[in-house]
Amino acid sequence: MISSTIALAGNPNSGKTTLFNALTGARQQVGNYPGVTVEKKQGTFSLNGREFNVIDLPGTYSLSAYSLEEMVARDYLALEKPDMVVNIVDASNLERNLYLSLQFMEMGLPVCIALNMMDVADKRGISIDIEKLSSLLGVPVVPIVARNGKNGVKALLESFSGASPQLPPVSDRKQGADLLNPLVSISYGNDVDEALMEIEKIVVENRFLTDRYPARWIALKFLENDEQILKLALEYGHGTDNGCPCRDCEHRMLPCGVEQRESDLCRHPFFQKIDQILFTLTQHLEDTIESDPEAVIADHRYGYIRSILKQGVVSRNYNEERLQISDRMDMILTHRLMGPVIMGFIIYALYYFTFNYSERPVAWLDFLFGWLGGTVDTLLPDGQLKSLVISGVIDGVGGVLGFVPLIMYMFFFISILEDSGYLARVAFMLDRVFRVFGLHGSSVMPFILSGGIAGGCAVPGIMATRTLKSPRERMATLLTVPFMNCGAKLPVFMLLIAAFFEAHRAFFMFMVTFISWLGALLVAKFFRATIVRGESTPFIMELPPYRLPTVRGVLIHTFERTWQYIKKAGTVILGISVLLWAMMTFPGLPDEKADMFENQKREIIESSPDEDSLFFALDTLEKSRAQAILQHSFAGRAGKAMESVSEYAGFDWRINIALVGGFAAKEVIVSTLGTACSLGETDAEEPESLAKKLSETPGWRPLTAISLMIFTMFYAPCFVSVVCLSKEAGSWKWGVFTVVFNTLFAFMLAVLIYQAGSMMGF
Amino acid sequence: MKCMSLRCMRKNQRGVIKAIRANGEMGRRLRDMGLVPGAPLSIKGRAPLYDPVALRIMGFTLTLRNNEADHIEMEVED
Repeated sequence: MISSTIALAGNPNSGKTTLFNALTGARQQVGNYPGVTVEKKQGTFSLNGREFNVIDLPGTYSLSAYSLEEMVARDYLALEKPDMVVNIVDASNLERNLYLSLQFMEMGLPVCIALNMMDVADKRGISIDIEKLSSLLGVPVVPIVARNGKNGVKALLESFSGASPQLPPVSDRKQGADLLNPLVSISYGNDVDEALMEIEKIVVENRFLTDRYPARWIALKFLENDEQILKLALEYGHGTDNGCPCRDCEHRMLPCGVEQRESDLCRHPFFQKIDQILFTLTQHLEDTIESDPEAVIADHRYGYIRSILKQGVVSRNYNEERLQISDRMDMILTHRLMGPVIMGFIIYALYYFTFNYSERPVAWLDFLFGWLGGTVDTLLPDGQLKSLVISGVIDGVGGVLGFVPLIMYMFFFISILEDSGYLARVAFMLDRVFRVFGLHGSSVMPFILSGGIAGGCAVPGIMATRTLKSPRERMATLLTVPFMNCGAKLPVFMLLIAAFFEAHRAFFMFMVTFISWLGALLVAKFFRATIVRGESTPFIMELPPYRLPTVRGVLIHTFERTWQYIKKAGTVILGISVLLWAMMTFPGLPDEKADMFENQKREIIESSPDEDSLFFALDTLEKSRAQAILQHSFAGRAGKAMESVSEYAGFDWRINIALVGGFAAKEVIVSTLGTACSLGETDAEEPESLAKKLSETPGWRPLTAISLMIFTMFYAPCFVSVVCLSKEAGSWKWGVFTVVFNTLFAFMLAVLIYQAGSMMGF
Repeated sequence: MKCMSLRCMRKNQRGVIKAIRANGEMGRRLRDMGLVPGAPLSIKGRAPLYDPVALRIMGFTLTLRNNEADHIEMEVED
């Protein structure tokens, strides 16, 4: 079977993904492009006995190589050379969509235009003469309905290669491309055209990238000041025998970086010639029309599109003043007063459904793992192996899978909000607030999900940062969402509040939420001024018309993201979980201590008068033995060793161990604290007895509790979050950074509070 | 006809882009979204805190922050 590769490309919101889903159904894979966090979707389908590989390129408005998405799409098209580019064009929005189509044609790609949403265009009173459009553009144009894509695409494939469904083989591409798509040459006005021709000549003479792109396109990119092409041009000739005149690198295979651009020595004559042309043209345009080549080129592209559309391609018979349904919805949904109120309700509902509907499946999973643990408990003999399997493996895997229902529900509801177009409105309404802190309107969703309303979870929050398209704002959001109060931190707060501030519960819970928001936003601001500083990404965003999301789209979206989480997180987490278990178990009690406990046990059994007191005495002994093991373990020794530092924040070794345990999952703080205070394992759900015990423990006072709450709020996120965060940020470096920075930051705050409080006599 | 910056336009006011005074990334993004001299647009509304602004151009809705709208010079009726 011969297989051909088809790339789907187009503007965001043009129905590209809907078509992709309709074509490939379940036969798709999602991954990332190497080295970047842009999603790569591939799938296959067969038609008339032929196999097709489909790539869903990221949606872009242009191919200017400014955003990651644009770079990825452009590199894919240039390097992988798909057999056909199916350009999905929104019929109700031809003018802007064709801007991208023109760029594909200028790249010399075999393009077919799939006109989508003809029904919407119809409703708006726009009618399009498809044949005329096709002949004027010189490429096949076929109307499709993305939701049942195969029919339309079949017609596309046929129009591409005459009546036969056979595509021209890749080697004949040039010929094929010439037949179907004589490279459009738009005139960009005399001055630009002249410069283009000159540069084109130099490019051809030097064979600069001519194996990848048409020479005219390369020349155009020089005029458009394209970073990628300029960089390649600067490197051109270095490290080869093409005669690099650069004294610094002297052909030592070192490409001259952009920073050396200022030095003329570094430039190859090839680049110098082009640079001279660029300089002259820029000067000339500046002097005559106060413009620059980039702007002139864009003007002419739109001019070209308008001239095509005016030749009877589009006829409108509607009143422009008439409001569409979408506009009428916006009058309410983004209304000055009603808008924020409705948004509040919708966000609350999202939150409510995500965390409540997932409660039951979470409970089932808990039950399942509890049952598994119980079975292992009866099957294996007591000892280290049993402890490893139950506490290390089952609890670790259970910890990962326990998040799955949450993540599924979260992506389900977010997909609905995203596909319907509402998420863009949320960003629109809240941008002003978040911009103060160097963030973006779209940052709100991750913050809320992580526990902006107490009780969320950082893992879905971290994954929700994918909806942010601006890289710096996304990074700042990603690094600060773990400060929110997730559901696992709540038992810790409940415990401490119950133990020390019983009378002011509501006030303290409110303060806890308030402080975490304040901390997260201020740290975000700090990050945007330091490690991810830089101008804010322009908020030039489309508000797509409201649309009813397709069930299929939402489900595919939900499942593929959930599966990705299981795959990515599952592998690493098991290892860390086992490591933490080992830290809290080994090296075990020294022989004399172990003997001591054995002797005591024997004494108790011999001396106890009745069963009740025997049981009680044994239980007490077992608890103090567990405490001794913990104290003696590596974690316990670390906790003890850290005491000299941690005492500045008011933490003794017990708290230190509990906090180390909290790295596995925050609720572990409560249970570990229980063991360390020789209360036995304390159930995180019912911490009353521990609360009572704590309030009576010497050395514990309200100030200690406040210091501990602040520390818990801000210190290193649990390792599931760290793993997810590293994956989303694209590097483990960020995971390590988060652990170190957050812990130091939290410690600083805790010390500040404890010392200031102590001085004031609390 | 009079000239004003896009920031100063009222809701539902219409106008034609006269010039765009932005270069680099901002200029490119504006042009990619169809904001070029000669393009007609109208103001659709503003976010609850008066920023960003939503505008209608070429049949779709676009949002811009006020400080980005400053780069766009408009020619408006009346």
